[in-house]
Amino acid sequence: MTPDFSKNHFALFDLVPSFELDLSALEAAYREVQREVHPDRFAGANDAERRVAAQWATQANEAYKTLRTPLARGRYLLRLAGIDTEEESNTAMPREFLMGQMAWREAVVDARESGDIDALDRLANEHRVAERALVAELAAQLADLSNEALLQGAKLTVRKLRFLEKLGEEIDLAQEAIEGS
Amino acid sequence: MALLQIAEPGESTAPHQHRLAVGIDLGTTNSLVATVKSGAAEVLPSQPDDPDGSRLTPSVVRYFADGHVEVGAKPKAEQAEDPANTIVSVKRFMGRGMADVARYGALPYKFIDAPGMVKIETAAGVKSPVDVSADILRVLRQQAESALAGPLVGAVITVPAYFDDAQRQATKDAARLAGLNVLRLLNEPTAAAIAYGLDNRSEGVFAVYDLGGGTFDISILKLTRGVFEVLATNGDSALGGDDFDQAIASHWRKQHGLASADQRDLRRLLMAARAVKERLTDEAEVSTSIALSYGQTLNVRLTREEFHSMTALLVNRTLLPVKKALRDSKLAVEDISGVVMVGGATRMLHVQSAVRAFFGKPLLNNVDPDRVVALGAAIQANVLAGNKSGEDMLLLDVIPLSLGLETMGGLAEKVIPRNATIPTARAQEFTTYKDGQTAMSMHVVQGERELVKDCRSLGRFTLRGIPPMAAGAARIRVTFQVDADGLVSVSAQELGSGVSAQIDVKPSYGLTDAEIATMLQAGFAHASADAQARVLAEAQTDAMRLIEAVDAALVADAALLDDAEKQAIADARAALLAVVNGDDASRIKLAAEALSRSTDSFAAKRMDRSVSQALKGRAMSELN
Repeated sequence: MTPDFSKNHFALFDLVPSFELDLSALEAAYREVQREVHPDRFAGANDAERRVAAQWATQANEAYKTLRTPLARGRYLLRLAGIDTEEESNTAMPREFLMGQMAWREAVVDARESGDIDALDRLANEHRVAERALVAELAAQLADLSNEALLQGAKLTVRKLRFLEKLGEEIDLAQEAIEGS
Repeated sequence: MALLQIAEPGESTAPHQHRLAVGIDLGTTNSLVATVKSGAAEVLPSQPDDPDGSRLTPSVVRYFADGHVEVGAKPKAEQAEDPANTIVSVKRFMGRGMADVARYGALPYKFIDAPGMVKIETAAGVKSPVDVSADILRVLRQQAESALAGPLVGAVITVPAYFDDAQRQATKDAARLAGLNVLRLLNEPTAAAIAYGLDNRSEGVFAVYDLGGGTFDISILKLTRGVFEVLATNGDSALGGDDFDQAIASHWRKQHGLASADQRDLRRLLMAARAVKERLTDEAEVSTSIALSYGQTLNVRLTREEFHSMTALLVNRTLLPVKKALRDSKLAVEDISGVVMVGGATRMLHVQSAVRAFFGKPLLNNVDPDRVVALGAAIQANVLAGNKSGEDMLLLDVIPLSLGLETMGGLAEKVIPRNATIPTARAQEFTTYKDGQTAMSMHVVQGERELVKDCRSLGRFTLRGIPPMAAGAARIRVTFQVDADGLVSVSAQELGSGVSAQIDVKPSYGLTDAEIATMLQAGFAHASADAQARVLAEAQTDAMRLIEAVDAALVADAALLDDAEKQAIADARAALLAVVNGDDASRIKLAAEALSRSTDSFAAKRMDRSVSQALKGRAMSELN
């Protein structure tokens, strides 16, 4: 039998489901759980216990990873509320937002091709600022988890953040490419 | 908090009984074995030949036509006599194919192309890198067993953090071939951090810069009250001190017109290059003469400045992974409290100054960089063997390279990203692309590149028996699991029909458990009665430990079980007791497995309860 993982990620760490999260409390709870369940604690135990330990440790890692970052946490809270963020299926984004994304991507490609590390640093900074603004927006939309209208609005914010996450990855790759050349 | 008595490793053994466990650093250049004695980690002597008292066993193996094998200082000293049969730096070939070893330049071995991993033709027959590594590990095991005067319970074997699945699996196979019970594969930088962190009671974020003979690793770790959390790791598993020797040797060859030097002379040049490199740490200029074949003598001279400029590019190459690891950990240089220097190659002065300049932080190198990995591994082995409760120490490590599947067009789709904390699991759904398709092949790859051909292939398997459906209608869930050793297994299931397939991602060279058992058995052939007695004794000991553990758990927590569950456990326990004193090891094992299975849900309940109590305990202590 597998352990009882019907508990959600917040309950696993004995935390109240909320977008605003005390990250140091999360970190401490995560360590506390791993201290109990990590496979290293069960090196001399029997197979049943080792299996359970591996499943628990895996689950704790997954929960920690999900709750640690705003995008994953927001997406997860929406899922708990029964709302699909439609990140794979819904490609309809506001025209203005898409135009902005395209401009950014072109700027990243240009900077990469011309080896302009300063331009990339500027882009990385702009990216951070934009991301922070969206996280603040998401926090407002998820402040009251019983407000259905606000939660519906959060879907779009999550999708926007996913765009920004991908853009961040491209900036990283461009920086790597320039450093490596 | 000792809520899970049965879980405390070694709980069932008498407290005075110290279980012999070692940490082994299986290095490119040197290997060593360490253990914890009376609370302190120490490196064990490398008997019988430790000419310089260094306790290092050179990772050099020589094969003779009569089948006998020499390991260590002697074959190292005599390597130029018989280069083709004297294997040095075998770690660079672990889990590597022909195309990989070709990149190391001219080597004196007769390589044979084999699926997944090269083999080497020697005077004593064809040897795989796994065999060669097992020969080194066997010597280390003997050293440890004679120094500690008893058989080992198990060993923690270190691997470069940047080793991929094939290299890790090969290392584990080698250890098992050498008759070692592998308690854990431990990443070398993490091992070093343990040795440092526990000694210095450090807190904060540290970088571990580990430049060994053949591999480079960088790990960023956060240390908090005995928890070693790896935030990111990166590296180059084909860059190390050997490359600096090659640079010097090829400089001399050019300088003295030795383009067509034979294999023995190449070895002599490399040995001299290494000696000169080491001396340049203390001397500004070194002159030496090298006796070559046919009575020729080569007089060479090298200044530190020349050496540093001819190898500046190699040093720079280490900084790329450093930058990547920092970026992945979402940290800046300013966030790093200190840099731990590991590996003999970090003795080079230009390596130190480059690292110091990059981080702008003091370098920690007060523990011998050759020994620190083995010492950390010994501490972890001691905890895993149950000699210490280990309450105050916990390692949270990561997978170094992304795992993925091949999709249409030869693209690699990532399923588990690099630097995910292990153990981890991730499921992803795929579908069929043809009407009526009844089978689906999966190709598991590891690496960061977009194209499958640029990643490492870990294995292929096929899910068969999918009911015929329209294209896109089947839902195939592929689950990746990575265990605490960083080893991968993959399973696939069609969700509508429940058809499933599973592979442990065995590297393509394909040593199955059965093959390892056969090879081990062959090794015991001359003493097969002993071997059988040993197997029986082990089965009996394991069975008695299991019974004691179950009894202890029942005493503590019988309240968690209903009557039917209690009865099932009691029946399985009685069945095991009935056979445990017989002489049939396989019956004992079967009965032990049955007892273990009967406690599955008991184990899960106890774990659930212990976690919730631990969290409540934390909440209480925060209130106080």
